[in-house]
Order: sequence, then structure tokens, then C-alpha cells
Amino acid sequence: MSETNAAPAKKPAGRGNFELDERLKAYKGVWVFIEHERGEVHPVSWELLGEGRKLADKLGVELSGVVMGAPGLPTRRFCEESFFHGADNCYLIEDTVLSNYRNESFTKGLTDLVNAYQPEILLLGATTQGRDLAGSVATTLQTGLTADCTELNIDPDNRGLAATRPTFGGSLLCTIITKNYRPQMATIRPRVMSMPDRNATRTGRIIEHPLGLIETSIITKVLAYIPDENQDKPQLPFADIIIAGGRGMKKPENFQLIWDLAQVLGAEVGATRPVVQAGWVDAERQVGQSGKTVRPKLYIAAGISGAIQHRVGMEGSDVIIAINNDPNAAIFEFATYGIVGNAMTILPALTETFKQQLAVARVAS
Amino acid sequence: MHIVVCIKQVPDSAQIRVHPVTNTIMRQGVPAIVNPYDLFSLEEALRLKDKHGGRVTVISMGPPQAEGALKKCIAFGADAAILVTDRAFAGADTLATSFALASAIQQIEKDMKVDMVFAGKQTIDGDTAQVGPGIAKRLNMQLLTYVSQIDTLDMSKGEIQVQRRAEGGVQVLQTKLPCLITMLEGTNEMRFATMENMFRAARYPVNFWNKDTAGIEDVSKIGLKGSPTLVSKVFAPQPNTKPAEIIDTESHEPRDISLTLINKLFTQHPKLCDSIVKQAA
Repeated sequence: MSETNAAPAKKPAGRGNFELDERLKAYKGVWVFIEHERGEVHPVSWELLGEGRKLADKLGVELSGVVMGAPGLPTRRFCEESFFHGADNCYLIEDTVLSNYRNESFTKGLTDLVNAYQPEILLLGATTQGRDLAGSVATTLQTGLTADCTELNIDPDNRGLAATRPTFGGSLLCTIITKNYRPQMATIRPRVMSMPDRNATRTGRIIEHPLGLIETSIITKVLAYIPDENQDKPQLPFADIIIAGGRGMKKPENFQLIWDLAQVLGAEVGATRPVVQAGWVDAERQVGQSGKTVRPKLYIAAGISGAIQHRVGMEGSDVIIAINNDPNAAIFEFATYGIVGNAMTILPALTETFKQQLAVARVAS
Repeated sequence: MHIVVCIKQVPDSAQIRVHPVTNTIMRQGVPAIVNPYDLFSLEEALRLKDKHGGRVTVISMGPPQAEGALKKCIAFGADAAILVTDRAFAGADTLATSFALASAIQQIEKDMKVDMVFAGKQTIDGDTAQVGPGIAKRLNMQLLTYVSQIDTLDMSKGEIQVQRRAEGGVQVLQTKLPCLITMLEGTNEMRFATMENMFRAARYPVNFWNKDTAGIEDVSKIGLKGSPTLVSKVFAPQPNTKPAEIIDTESHEPRDISLTLINKLFTQHPKLCDSIVKQAA
């Protein structure tokens, strides 16, 4: 194998085949940043531990969580939960200045940990916190960062991370590698990876590290935190059942048919981008590349053609039922069940039939 | 007060098609626009200028055609525009891009101190949300991403108070200038270009900077060389699942179709149906 800038000409253009710098060979292990806010860990962190476990096993290395927070927060419980979700170790920085997320203090903490313990892969959720932090940390460490990945793999040739992400609005996928730099960093959207089984008998090692930063030296102050008023706003990414509608619903009044079925099933309502742009439903309900990624047990798509931008947001659903009057609609290529027909007549029939069947099931149980 | 706004010219991704055979992007006829997320940041910068006076400079890294996007920003009311363009930047990932833009901003600063930098939350083509944080880090500025509102700006104290979107709520943050802000989408609406500004934009000579004018000496930090990440493969998503089982009944009655479907669900996915029953109860 040759040097970075002298890759063999016969390799396809852009394909990397690199000998890692001697200094960087010491970087070992897979890390997951455990994100928490208001005393709750964001579920994406557990999803990433599940994925990180697979990567660590392929590489034959340890999986570690990284928890940062103030004393008084349940940081040790977060470490324990990390073990339950697959971590072997947890790096813990506890300091009063970490009581709220701030870019400056969290960037210092995570950067110091990476420099001290040298992981080869570092994963974060593609959330407002994770994206803010990942960008600063990668720049400080002068390493590569791949955003919003949908698939992670280990390249068997060089043990490097091959991170796949949608590009150009989801119409193409690209696989990105980080050549001669460590750690290899990536952010992953919530609900793209499946939740690992929780095993409460697992234990691990907590490795504590100091932050070395005092409040007066931090320039940005958190004056307040205002929780969202509407606590019952749609939690689409975590819904078990979603009834979604697309442009095929024809007019906004017809969307009521979706709400009716959703009510009978205790489901959330989702929509495609054109529907949200037309103002038929809230932007919160948009499923797809520029909206939410969902992975419910059941996804009913009515009047949705299945464009790739929508597909990337919902193809992780366990069972997909598609109703569309165009037999050639792309959604029939990957749905579980397809109904070629008019959503405006089928939805009310489904609502009625579900209502009856559920009544029967309730009596039976 | 001097604000620099970083923008990018992007293809309108809603209109991009992938060639069905070659799996390549068909750019022909796809209009180039100013990245929509950048406009929320530009508008906010212009509002601060309306209130506090000063100057707004827009900057972009890209091919020479990106001049059009910068002129558009002049038409909206920006005072000056710089296009950082050089073959040496080709193949830059977000780390190399933030280095080039940060270097250029340091050059701008030699003429007039920069109090604030605005950038788009993310672009609609790359979607990474990494360049803004990268520039802030390199310029050693406070970073405020996903800002939904600027509450107060006190130029005499050099202090700003903003609201920042977090998961499940909003953080109220106070910090010192200089800082870098990325605005959340939907937080404001871009003003209309005035006739006067449109005429000014038409005549305005965008400043073209190459790597030397942008003050870059270390070429190992720009372009492909300065990019730790490398695209190793581009491909169209493959249908990896089998086609749907089409539910068909001879009568085509919606009720029959529904019954057939629900029977299949209950027999083939008993676990799913258990949770449906539980959830609906």
C-alpha cells in the first residue's frame, strides 16, 4: 500500500486505500456520545450503542459511552443504562458547568476525552445538540465528520468506517470514508438504527475524567430553558402506528379520513412534503428526507406515490400498507401490502372494519 | 457593526432527477438558487443592520457561476459580496470548506472588524450542518446554532441574547461578540428586493478572490488534500425488498378489501395486531 497522495492509479477514482499514519494506529475502540437534556437520555443514543456494538464486534474492540453532565444529574444511571444497551465502558465527566448543554464546555470535554483515550470511531445523534457538538469537535480535532448517516459498515480491507448517507435530497446515496485521520466521526439521525434489546444484567467500567474549565471562563451563559408548551405535540419518530397521506388525497378536507383512521388505531398522522407545503398539516408531521425519520410497527400510506425523498424516511417501518390508485406507483415496489384503489373509499372502509375487529378483540381478551 | 453572511449556491434539489440508467445526477435545466436556509440568516443580518446600522458583507465559496447567487443577496440589501473561487478548492469537504471561508473572513476583517458571522443552518444539497460550526471554531467565535429569535443586541457592551432551539424546548443564551449564528428555518421571511437594490445588484462587481487573495498559504488544508473525508461510492438506492403483496378481491368492494387486509394482518403479524389492540384500547 502506498501513501495518501500516491494512491495507485488503477484504483477507481475517489476510492481510498490508505496506510494509516503510525501515530493514528493507537486509536482503538468505538465511542457513542450519550446525549441527555432535562434529565432524560435521547433514545438515539441507545440506538447508536446498538449499532456501535456491531461495529466494535466486527473490529474486535471495546464499545464505550461518553456521559457529560453536572453532579446532581443522574449521570451514573446514564452510564449504567449504557452498559445495559451494550457499552463495555463509560467515560464520565462530571462538573457543575455541564448542567446545561453549551457548545464551548461540551466541545472541550469531548475533545479532551478523545485526545486522552483515542477512539477510532465516534458516533453522535444528528440532533440539534449532536450536530452542534460534532461540528465543533471534528474541526478542533481536524478530523472527518460524516453527517446524517443511514448505514454504517466496516471496510474489511482497511478496518475503516464506511458511512453511507443520502445526498441530493435523498435521490442518491453516497458512502464516505475518512482517510488518514482519527477518530472517524459520524452523526446518525434518530430512528434510523433499531433500538437494541436492553439487558439489565450487563455491567461495565466507569472511567472518570476532569473537565478543567471554570464558569467564569465560559463566555456563553444559559439564562433560561423554556420547555415546549405543547407537550402533546406529535412524537412521530417514536410512534408505533402512523397513518400518512400524500398528494393523492386530492384536497385538504379528505385528510380528515386519515385522522379518522388514526383515531380508531390510536395512531399518529404523517404526511409527505407537498402536503405540508400546501398547508394541509403541520410541518411537524412531515416524514422523509427533509422531515422526520420514522420506524413504526405499522405504516399506512394513503395517496403516497413513494418518491425516494419520502421513502428514506419511512422504509424502516415493520409493515407498510400502501393505498394508491396508480398500480405503477413506486410505493408498491417496497410496501408489504398494496391496495390498488381509491383511498377516499378505502380509508373509511378500513376505519369501519378496524373499529369492528377491535371491538371483537376487546371482548375476546 | 459589520456582519458577514456565508451563503451557498445550490441546485434546487426538489427539481433534481437521477438518470435511471447511469445513476448520475441530471443537472441540466435545474435552476441554481441561494440555499434557502441561508436566506433566514441573511434576512436576520439585514434586520440587525436596519436597527443598529453598519454593513453586511456576503461571502461564498464556489465556482464562478455562484456570482449570480451573491448578486441576488445584493438585491436583497447586502452591501458587499465576495466570491472565493479557485480550482485549488475543488473536492473540499466540510473541514476544508470551513478553513477556506474562515481564512477569507480573516482577510475581510483586515478592512473592517467583523462583529458577527451568519451562516445557513445547513444546505439543501449537502445537508451536513457542519460548515457553520467549523467556521466558528476556526475563528474562535462563540457558536449559536438553531437560533429561533434574537432577543437583544447591545453593541456598546458587545453582548447578544438569543433563543436557541433544543430538543423539547428553547434555551435562552447570552454571549459576547464576535459570534457565529445559524438561524432556524421559518424564523423570518426574506424581504422583497427593492428596485434600487436590484439596479445596484445588476451593476455590482462581485469581488473574486482566489486562494492567495483569501490569505491561504497552506494548500494542504484546502480542496481534496485538506479533506479528511472522501466519497468512495455514489449509488442510487436499490430496491432491497420484495414488491408488495397486492390485496385483491373480485368484488372490489372497499369493505371486502378492508376485511381481506385486516385478516392477513391478524394471521401473518400476530404481534403487530396485539400491539394494535393494546394501543387502541
